[in-house]
Order: sequence, then C-alpha cells, then structure tokens
Amino acid sequence: MDFTYHVEGGDFTNAGSTSSEVKRMLKKLGVSPDIVKRTVVALYEAEVNIVAHAYRGDINVDLEEDKIRIVLADEGPGIPNVDWAMQKGNSTASPKVREMGFGAGMGLPNIKNNSDELHIETEVGKGTTIEFVNYFN
Amino acid sequence: MTIEEVAALVQGEIVCGDSFKNREVAYVFASDLMSDVLTIRDTSNLLLMTGLSNLQSIRTCEMSDIEMILVVRDKAVTDEMLELAEDNDMIIVKTKYSMYKTAGILYGAGIPAIY
Repeated sequence: MDFTYHVEGGDFTNAGSTSSEVKRMLKKLGVSPDIVKRTVVALYEAEVNIVAHAYRGDINVDLEEDKIRIVLADEGPGIPNVDWAMQKGNSTASPKVREMGFGAGMGLPNIKNNSDELHIETEVGKGTTIEFVNYFN
Repeated sequence: MTIEEVAALVQGEIVCGDSFKNREVAYVFASDLMSDVLTIRDTSNLLLMTGLSNLQSIRTCEMSDIEMILVVRDKAVTDEMLELAEDNDMIIVKTKYSMYKTAGILYGAGIPAIY
C-alpha cells in the first residue's frame, strides 16, 4: 500500500494530521503498539520539521508486509550541516516554532532514535529528503 | 492516585474527558518542550504537566500515547484542542497554579517523577 500526503510550510494548525492518520492506519492493521509509537514519533518530528522549516513538502508512506518506509521530501532551505543538526540542542528554528514546543534541536535525534534505518539527503536552497524505515518484526 | 484526586489536590477543573476521571496516575512528567515529551518510551499511566496549551501539545500526547494532561498557569484550552483530545480519549485537567507549585504538591503527595 502506498499513500502520499501534502504538507504546507507554516501550517501549524494541521501539523501532525498526517502522523495521526498513519497512526490510525497502523493500529487498524494490528501493528504492535511499540512499533506504531516509534514510527509515529519519528514521522511527527519530521512532519513538524517541514511545517517549521520548509515551504511545502510531500510525505510518502509505503506499507509492506514486514516494514513501513516513509519518505518526506520538502522544498525549503535545506540543511547546511547535517552532522551539526543531528546533535541534540542544535537548531535554527524561529521563535514561532519554539512557541509551539519545538525547535530545541531534538527533532533529528528523535527521528534517528525511533527509526531502524534513516537516510537524509539535503541541498542548500532546494530542500531536504528524509527517508526512514521501521521493521514490524 | 486517580486523575480526579490529582485535580482536587491542585484545585483543578476537568475540562475534557470526565468519564476517564478514575484513571490511575503512576508518574508525572512536566515539560513545555514537546520534543522532550516525545523521547519518553513508556508512557503508561503517565500524566503530562505542561504550560504549553496549543494543538501541538495535544498532538504530541496523541503520538506518545499519553492520555492524561494537566494544564498549568490557567492557560486557555481551545475548542480545537478539546475536539482533538476527545477524539483520542484524553482527559484534560486545568489548574490556576504555576508549574512549580503544582509539581511540588503532586510530588509531595507521593507521585514520582518518571526519571
């Protein structure tokens, strides 16, 4: 099964609605609660990142028998230094993002901790693609 | 201790999910930073105490499987927040007390921190 969702940058009202839909879908399919939680925490952090940092993005969810693969591709400023951004506490978030309870430099580390495989491609001035995979067993 | 007893201790008001007032509170985590909340692995019987009252605090609880929220500092809980909380079977308690005072009361009453 393959689904695509669109996310608009700056739309904090709907930030997390895709993660919510994916959570409902995984629960309905009987995926174990621990894996559902890891997947939606990683997805939610990544979805908030698009809203917080990018102009727009698409989230593709590919559900297979043994795993879920999620690709979040955004059009945005890109990440100049991924190693720096992967360290806890490093962030370029705006005050508005911080008001929402994010932007403390925890997003990418949280995504890493809650995924079995993580791959990040980014180009400054163009955008970022985050791909992560979680296995069901 | 039940969430209803917690509400009484902090002179709080249940603003959503009254039918869940008998849920047991085993631990409390206090934070306004949602990314910190998202790092907690075991959230069973966890009460989130927060002064961050917006849709993202409810969304964070949804993703983290947290079903009990205590909003401090008399922050407004909007209709959108209530709707999302109801959809996820959450109970929300609101208190006029500050986070420090609320935490002190609950810790003094014997509810431990999650870490």
